Amino acid sequence: MEEENKLSFEEAMNKLEVIVERLEEGDVPLEEAIAIYKEGMELSKLCHDKLKNVEEQLAQIITEDGRKESFSITEEE
Amino acid sequence: MQEPKYLSVYALTKYIKRKFDYDPHLQDIYVKGEISNFKRHSSGHMYFTIKDEKARILAVMFSSFSRTLKFIPENGMKIIVRGEISVYEPSGQYQIYVKEMRPEGIGELFLAYEQLKQKLEAEGLFAIEKKKPIPLFPKTVGVITSPTGAAIRDILTTIKRRFPIANILVFPALVQGVNAAPSIAKAIEKANQLSEIDVLIVGRGGGSIEELWAFNEELVARAIFTSTIPIISAVGHETDFTIADFVADLRAPTPTGAAELAVPHIDELLERVLQRQTRLVRAVKDRLRFEKEQLNRLKKSYAFRYPERLYQQKLEQADKMAERLVKGAERLTMLKASEQDVLFKRLVRNHPNELLKGANDRFNRSQKEISRAMQQILLNNQTKYDRIITALQALSPLKIMERGYSLAYTEEQRLIKSIKQVNKSQPIQVQLTDGSLLCKVEDIKENE
Repeated sequence: MEEENKLSFEEAMNKLEVIVERLEEGDVPLEEAIAIYKEGMELSKLCHDKLKNVEEQLAQIITEDGRKESFSITEEE
Repeated sequence: MQEPKYLSVYALTKYIKRKFDYDPHLQDIYVKGEISNFKRHSSGHMYFTIKDEKARILAVMFSSFSRTLKFIPENGMKIIVRGEISVYEPSGQYQIYVKEMRPEGIGELFLAYEQLKQKLEAEGLFAIEKKKPIPLFPKTVGVITSPTGAAIRDILTTIKRRFPIANILVFPALVQGVNAAPSIAKAIEKANQLSEIDVLIVGRGGGSIEELWAFNEELVARAIFTSTIPIISAVGHETDFTIADFVADLRAPTPTGAAELAVPHIDELLERVLQRQTRLVRAVKDRLRFEKEQLNRLKKSYAFRYPERLYQQKLEQADKMAERLVKGAERLTMLKASEQDVLFKRLVRNHPNELLKGANDRFNRSQKEISRAMQQILLNNQTKYDRIITALQALSPLKIMERGYSLAYTEEQRLIKSIKQVNKSQPIQVQLTDGSLLCKVEDIKENE
């Protein structure tokens, strides 16, 4: 799980897809099927958490001298 | 005679030049015609002729003016120029010094757009194979636009609504006016220096073609092409197609559209995660059910219900094999016995007694053959002898004498074959078959 935490959402999704496809094909030995099922559930939770539990990001603006500052729209129009 | 006052060529030319320069009509004029003999000097100055059917005028456009031209003049192009007439002293030629030029009929911007589009297309800047893929789940989206326009607001709200977990970095840029193109190009360059940006949106809201013009400039087009970050262009409205749109990796019809193309919707992603999870659970449940069924089937199977069936067949097989073994042994014994019999017969035939008997037989046969051959020879000789005797008898003088012939002999018992053997009065003996006559030679007559 620690290792999987480092996965990006995209990588985790791809891994999950591979696992689901392998299980659906059904020719994985049973012990392995159960093992990858567990891994798949962890990946699925990981993906879910990545989408749900991350705080909303604030937009930033790059200033003239290259610094990042928080940015919000100034309504001029 | 008074000497006329001669002018130098230079003074005359100066005079003429002044005539042009002081004529208010020639100071700011508009001329319409067709470009020919167009030459562009490396300094950027342009030298050409403007002509119509009846006349022509030399023209020059210095780089300070030609630099602002959006299009590239070409021979045969119909143009309208604004400028002043003056004289170029070294050659004594009057010419028009062009300050502004625009194509006649079609708009200048339209022409410039078409020219640049053709050029960049030929260079391969629009090639499909050069397009970079847009990442599916970007962590950070860069936005290059005006920080105060409607575009940035649309983009930010759209991204926040769809994919609030994405970072957004805004690179402020001028999006209209002469400084817009370098400002946009610089912002693209800056964004490329940051490694964290997954995708860039470059654009602005709607406006006139002049207001959107920066996105039709070569500088911006090349900056987009050079960018290693995939770029989504979003300029103006759906109907506006800029050069930037052609070079960009993906064109969005509007800034909002660009934000939608840049990030997925988080609900869709959650849905997809859930879908996969459901498939995962179903797949493993199906598998377990399948395995259980398999186990039950095995438990209920024939073999488990009638275990003796497992070995019955084998027993039967064993019996059959034993039977085959016995039969095989018997057959083999018989075969060997008959072989032995044959050999024994051959042995008996070859016993010494047998051999002796054979030799005896052969001996007797030979003996018989020899005696038969001997008898044959004897018989043959006997026959031959008889034949000779008969022949001999036929030739015997006695036989001849039987037919009336006789033989005369001297007293010395020598056969008389000639008259010369005897003399007159000599006694001879004549032999006949049944006796002999004792005679005396009366006379001797010789045959004539």
